[in-house]
Amino acid sequence: MSEYGTQSNPLRVAIIGAGPTGFYTAEHLFKQKEYVVSVDMFDRLPVPFGLVRYGVAPDHQKIKSVTAVYDRIAQNPAFRFFGNVQIGKDITVAELRDYYHQIVFTTGAQSDRRMNIPGEDLQGSLPATDFVAWYNGHPDFRAYDVDLSQESVAVVGVGNVAMDVARILCRTPEELAVTDIADYALEKLRNSNVKNVYILGRRGPAQAAFTTPEIKELGEMQDTDAYVEPEEAVLDPLSEASLADSSDRATVKKVEVIQSYAGRPSSGKSRRLTLRFLVSPVELIGNDEGQIVKMRIVKNKLYKTDAGSLRPKATEEMEEIPVGLVFRAIGYRGVPIPDVPFYDSWGVILNKQGRVIDPETQKPVLGEYTGGWIKRGPSGVIGTNKPDALETVQQMLADMASGQVLSPECPDAQAASHFIAEKQPDYFSYDDWLKLDALEVANGKAQGRPRVKFTSVADMLTAVGKR
Amino acid sequence: MKVRRILATKGMRVITIAPDKKIRDAVAVLAEHNIGALVVADAAGQPVGILSERDVIRKAAENEQVFDLFVSDLMTRDVITGMPQDDTHSVARTMTDRHFRHMPIMDEGRLIGIVSIGDILKAERDQYRGEIDTLETQIMADKD
Ligand SMILES: Cc1cc2nc3c(=O)[nH]c(=O)nc-3n(C[C@H](O)[C@H](O)[C@H](O)COP(=O)(O)OP(=O)(O)OC[C@H]3O[C@@H](n4cnc5c(N)ncnc54)[C@H](O)[C@@H]3O)c2cc1C
Ligand SMILES: NC(=O)c1ccc[n+]([C@@H]2O[C@H](COP(=O)([O-])OP(=O)(O)OC[C@H]3O[C@@H](n4cnc5c(N)ncnc54)[C@H](OP(=O)(O)O)[C@@H]3O)[C@@H](O)[C@H]2O)c1
Repeated sequence: MSEYGTQSNPLRVAIIGAGPTGFYTAEHLFKQKEYVVSVDMFDRLPVPFGLVRYGVAPDHQKIKSVTAVYDRIAQNPAFRFFGNVQIGKDITVAELRDYYHQIVFTTGAQSDRRMNIPGEDLQGSLPATDFVAWYNGHPDFRAYDVDLSQESVAVVGVGNVAMDVARILCRTPEELAVTDIADYALEKLRNSNVKNVYILGRRGPAQAAFTTPEIKELGEMQDTDAYVEPEEAVLDPLSEASLADSSDRATVKKVEVIQSYAGRPSSGKSRRLTLRFLVSPVELIGNDEGQIVKMRIVKNKLYKTDAGSLRPKATEEMEEIPVGLVFRAIGYRGVPIPDVPFYDSWGVILNKQGRVIDPETQKPVLGEYTGGWIKRGPSGVIGTNKPDALETVQQMLADMASGQVLSPECPDAQAASHFIAEKQPDYFSYDDWLKLDALEVANGKAQGRPRVKFTSVADMLTAVGKR
Repeated sequence: MKVRRILATKGMRVITIAPDKKIRDAVAVLAEHNIGALVVADAAGQPVGILSERDVIRKAAENEQVFDLFVSDLMTRDVITGMPQDDTHSVARTMTDRHFRHMPIMDEGRLIGIVSIGDILKAERDQYRGEIDTLETQIMADKD
């Protein structure tokens, strides 16, 4: 086998997905000094950054500054970006094997988990994933329709995504107008009729998945009162006991904040956000037109599993709440890439510490790796993907050392870019992105906003002069 | 964090051994896969015990013929199993309180994996590192 990983014959790596994990993978590869590596990063969208651009809430701008780190990684001369190229559609994985020694899938989680209850497909029942993508200006969701003429909305789940969705529904147009929320979403939210938002947790306050700053923020909105049913804010004996003899200060703090909302009298703000605990939706009920009008929920009790965690169990007690819109924020879900082994029940690429595994032989698939949400499931903040990417890169380096890499026919950067341009003439380079970025920021500046996003691929292409 | 998150990056095959195998075989399997414990499963694939390297070493200290014993002689029988939806911090707590380090994970009656206290500590460490990293980014943005 010919030498690779040298100046004249660099190790060629394709990274599929330009979210945080893709960038951290590139960063770790560039940091090691053993091999000369060159990276081509692909994304199905013209623009990079994945959920940092299309997930993170518009009223959380600060965290988006993490992209400055990604910009720096992209400045490495051995880095190239090919946006608007979907692997599995524009280019197949088999074709990539002709050009790269190693391929890393960092495609995130593009879909949602379902509640599996009757009525879930009624009009007004929507995954939070779509709503999030819509208000963030994701090009796939421009035509998305959400009926904000409804007065009452339920958000199922008590993770940070549920917090985001509830906040965006409750913010005033003034609060939103200074963010990079999509213009069409701002318009629609400006005319929103929503008065009541319920957030439904199936377990108690001590098991809520959201973090303390997020729950605190709910109590600090301009025109929305946060409220918790007093009896649901009290910890049940099992939670009380497990919290008492643990040193889990973060949870203690979180419970304190939740309890501070208990029974709070209304301060006359126009919207009300109610956090419910120990309840699960059992059915969505529609009217003759198939539009949701109410939701049946059951009260839960916690029980302790053998392993020690506290799980919900339905009681006999039911309740109905009138709602016209239901967002399920109970988790994202990865989607398979054609020809890549997938573990369907969990929505992840089958892997061992980042090496893609063949389900038949349980042995690694030569030259294929994975990282981030599509590797470990849809959990963790942006920074969590850094140690995750490192674990994968360590496997890649070990395999380079033992010669377990693909033997591409044309391990050549130029040959690769010719091939890509043939398959997708409208690909976006990093320079194209920087141009677009500058335009968005300039358009934002005029309005006192961080940026105004281009929200269709066609507009993006036109803006950088490709059309 | 859920146990599922840890199992997701461990491949999906669980390495098991039958109770009527010799300790010699078990040690070979532990060494081959570089692991610290084996789930002992019956012919139907149901876990009936767990055998850790510690169990073997402890016995070896008093009985040099340890290799000829059966797995069922040394395994721990009352195994506590978990589920993919269990919270990792609760599992870690149960392990420390009850002094064991490995937990087989069952899903709808099927053995799907095993988690060790080491796996949980590593995942939690990575989570905290990530959170710190993210907080730092936010603080730095505040300074600008
Ligand atoms: C709504 C929401 C809000 C969040 N807010 C925060 C927050 O405030 N702070 C925080 O720290 N974390 C937040 N997170 C978590 C954070 O976004 C994730 O940890 C992180 O984005 C996961 O990174 P990733 O690279 O694995 O996936 P992603 O960010 O999803 O990136 C995957 C990329 O792959 C691309 N892709 C997919 N399929 C293909 C294909 N076939 N070919 C080419 N490209 C493809 C996608 O277009 C995407 O750009 C939030 C998550 C969500 C869902
Ligand atoms: N500001 C931020 O930092 C930020 C913002 C958004 C997202 N994120 C991160 O992104 C990741 C994903 O967030 P997420 O909110 O999608 O997931 P998550 O944190 O896993 O929360 C999912 C929530 O849905 C609940 N749930 C799951 N299945 C359910 C069901 N069938 N019925 C009722 N409830 C159900 C869960 O309850 P159980 O616990 O009982 O299963 C949990 O409360 C998280 O790590 C999050 O921290 C961070």
